[in-house]
Amino acid sequence: MRKVLSMTALLALALATGACVDDSSDGGATPGASGGTIKSGLKIAFLPKQVNNPYFTTSDNGGKAAIEEFKGVYSETGPSEASPSAQVSYINTLSQQKTDVIVVSANDKNAICGALNEARQAGAKVVTFDSDTNPSCRDLFINQATAEGIAKIQLKLISEAIGAEGGEIAILSATANATNQNAWIEMMKTELGKPEYSKLKLVDTVYGDDQDQKSFTETQGLLAKHPNLKGIISPTTVGVAAAARYLSSSSYKGKVQLTGLGTPNQMRAFVKDGTVKAFALWNPADLGYLAAWAAASLASGMITGKEGDKFKAGKLGDFTVGKDATVLLGDPFTFNAANIDQFNF
Amino acid sequence: MFKRVFGSWDAVVVVALVAVSIVGAFTIEGVGDPRFWRFVTLEAIPIALIALPMTLIVITGEIDLSVASVLGLTCTVMGQLWVSGVTSLPLLIAISALLGAALGAVNGLFVTGFGLPSLAVTIGTLALYRGLAFVVLGDRAVANYPPEWTTSAIKAIPRTTLPWVILVVAALAVVFGVVLHATPIGRGLYAIGNNAEAARFSGVKVRVTKFWLFVVSGAMASMAGVFWTLRFASARADNGTGLELAVVAAVLLGGVSIFGGRGALLGVLAAVALLGVLRNALQLAYVPANTLTVITGSLLIASVVGPNVAGMLRDRLRRRHT
Amino acid sequence: MTQRAFVVRELGIGLALVLLVAVTAIINPRFLSAQSVKDLLLGSAILAILAVGQAIVVITRNVDLSVGSILGLSAFATGATFVASPDFPIPVMVLLGMGLGAVLGAVNGGLVAAARVPALVVTLGTLYVFRGLDYTWATGRQINAADMPPAFLRMGTAAFIGVPVLALFAVVVLVIAGYYLHNYRGGRELYAIGSDPAAARLAGIPMGRRVFAAFVTSGALAGLAGVLHAARFGTLDANAGLGSELNVVAAVVVGGVAIFGGSGSVYGAALGAVLLTTIRAALPVLGINPFWQDAAVGALILSAIGLDRALSARVGRRLRKVGGGHV
Repeated sequence: MRKVLSMTALLALALATGACVDDSSDGGATPGASGGTIKSGLKIAFLPKQVNNPYFTTSDNGGKAAIEEFKGVYSETGPSEASPSAQVSYINTLSQQKTDVIVVSANDKNAICGALNEARQAGAKVVTFDSDTNPSCRDLFINQATAEGIAKIQLKLISEAIGAEGGEIAILSATANATNQNAWIEMMKTELGKPEYSKLKLVDTVYGDDQDQKSFTETQGLLAKHPNLKGIISPTTVGVAAAARYLSSSSYKGKVQLTGLGTPNQMRAFVKDGTVKAFALWNPADLGYLAAWAAASLASGMITGKEGDKFKAGKLGDFTVGKDATVLLGDPFTFNAANIDQFNF
Repeated sequence: MFKRVFGSWDAVVVVALVAVSIVGAFTIEGVGDPRFWRFVTLEAIPIALIALPMTLIVITGEIDLSVASVLGLTCTVMGQLWVSGVTSLPLLIAISALLGAALGAVNGLFVTGFGLPSLAVTIGTLALYRGLAFVVLGDRAVANYPPEWTTSAIKAIPRTTLPWVILVVAALAVVFGVVLHATPIGRGLYAIGNNAEAARFSGVKVRVTKFWLFVVSGAMASMAGVFWTLRFASARADNGTGLELAVVAAVLLGGVSIFGGRGALLGVLAAVALLGVLRNALQLAYVPANTLTVITGSLLIASVVGPNVAGMLRDRLRRRHT
Repeated sequence: MTQRAFVVRELGIGLALVLLVAVTAIINPRFLSAQSVKDLLLGSAILAILAVGQAIVVITRNVDLSVGSILGLSAFATGATFVASPDFPIPVMVLLGMGLGAVLGAVNGGLVAAARVPALVVTLGTLYVFRGLDYTWATGRQINAADMPPAFLRMGTAAFIGVPVLALFAVVVLVIAGYYLHNYRGGRELYAIGSDPAAARLAGIPMGRRVFAAFVTSGALAGLAGVLHAARFGTLDANAGLGSELNVVAAVVVGGVAIFGGSGSVYGAALGAVLLTTIRAALPVLGINPFWQDAAVGALILSAIGLDRALSARVGRRLRKVGGGHV
């Protein structure tokens, strides 16, 4: 018993001395004076929504290629489920590891802000990509396409697939709090108000949580619930792949149209067997590549994130920072049977 | 009594904690730094809060698997109340505590009133309460709390980096510890765990005691929910999913027997800290989270297999000598 | 008399099922369309197989929380094997999956039977360990349906005289398990062990061996479920089966298998699985906010165990009145 008491005392002492220090640590490379070159050895970490998602594997590899070009240090980490509290834990670890820039795709607009701001206070820069946070807790946002552009292309594709007589449509989204999903869905609802889409009616929005199994069963549920459903839009690569798989082996194949944002490799079989006529995406590798170059320019003091800042992003060319410290990659690209074999990601 | 209660296992866990911390501090960069302890304690606070009553419950031979769902439901109710205009933090906290106690009382009623096995009941309420959390908030998240609430929730003790809430946890731990190890109520808990019938005959109010344990468990889980919401500044229906496993793992690792009748709080708290330190240290060392999952599971099994196998060997040796 | 009580129990679930389907079909006739029924059978097949395995373990007064992790490992193993060699014969793959599951189940069984560690603790630990191994093996990879042999995926959705192949698997498993438990001494001994372990040991029942076998069976069935999961969903990552332990235990409890062991049947467990799956599918069709799903499952579990307790108390009183009998 005496042993236990003294050990407890020792432990308490260790804790007290370990923690009794003013928290004024300043990790990471101090942003240098204005210079035109990327610092070497920058530690840049990619923290996607979830790690076992091929979309993010592709984007993070794009970032890795960029980082190798400017001789930085690349790392990728993240939760295996798209959960914001899990992301917080990784942000804290990255901050302790004195990462120079955390490049993150947020699972929730606000939940990770506290941790991000603590990391920034400790010296890290924060760049969001793919899915933004509240602008107050990040330095830059790399957006793959405008919400309007994505909404426009989704509606155009589903309307073309369904045909002139129109009908009921539904949306199969990812997680309900994902910033990018909600922005796109809002824009889609606005687009639906336009006269050319007057024959389309949005009857339901369901969430597959970016999980294959759940997206699959949600699609099942949609079709069971709405006998007059004519089309499904799934603006998430996991969702559209799962929905396509369900439709292609069911009696609704060809009768209920599907479009969304998907990767060519996952969707190829379904485009060829007629389940899906066309879908859209951008190149996630380019997104990661751009994010890495932006991160490096930020950390090297070449840009600060204010509107009008210009920087070069390797082989992608020059980019300018827009409103709200946002950098735009470009427009979405449409994939269909004619061009799908040209891509491999 | 001290020797029986502060058995050697608690010392083992405490030693392991100190050893891991020291080894980690020397081999992994960042371990042992003030910020490291801050993050470890921030994550450990909800687990510790729930582990305190869970220890007492397991000692009586029962279990409460619904705690994480109580946490989640509390978060969503807090969120919904805030959105509906309840803006007084003390009021929100009070309502949450009452809610948690009520949810715990439901468990207690099923277990002591209807005589149902707590494993099955709390698996049912695990699903029920988590489901209700989703009914309350759906897939939304409430995140527009005033920033002062969040900053004050995670504010550090002056001149340290540790969050002040850890002092509350420490105070509660002392209260629970005194009740468990130095009062007739506590001795009654051990008696119930060892032999409920005999305990009843010696005058211990078995059913009443168990009922109140579940109530306290619910209330503590809801307090953990309040802290969780404020720390992440976000109330979501899936807050805390899976936390019950972490708590049970810590309780078992801390030396509390699943059959009841044995265990002490010191071991449990040390186990909570040990698991937290391990996880954060390994993450700092770039070890993937999967490895930690494997380690946690193996530790759990080893912590029970070890003493069992040791006991069996000892018996066999003793038999050979006689 | 106890026999009658439990037949009543299974009939009760059957009745609830029929009622649910009828009400939902009236509101939305599409619920009874061929596609819908096929989806229901497909969806419940995998859960039913897991429930049969779990029931066998629960009957012996144990529990197996690691089934979700075993399913995940088996599913990923299936995917990885097919990606590496697309011509791998499917029947061999099924046996391989079951074998992997059996080995993992043997770990559980060995610890519970030999080292006398409580099943809750062991399977909680192996839940973590097996899942961790799954994540480590998968290391963030995802196997796409596009990479799997089409014949295998077809098995996941194909039907044989109208009944999905996966459902046929479940029926075969159910019949074999039910027959063994009822007609073989080994099966009946499982009930004895769950009912009163001390008496069972005194009666000379080889408890260690039986409990070990129960866990190996549960593991093997979870392994089979993993292979079928891979066939049904096609796309696999390390999260397959995550969290499914709750659903399996729920199915078993709702199906009338007492959590304290000694009573219940695998038929009830399978029916419980079908009922749970149907509820989840029916809720959106009924227009009920699908967020009520988990709450509904929870309420069902509570009423099921309450009902079982009331039933067994009634039976106990009747037996005592008849004079004698140890319940």
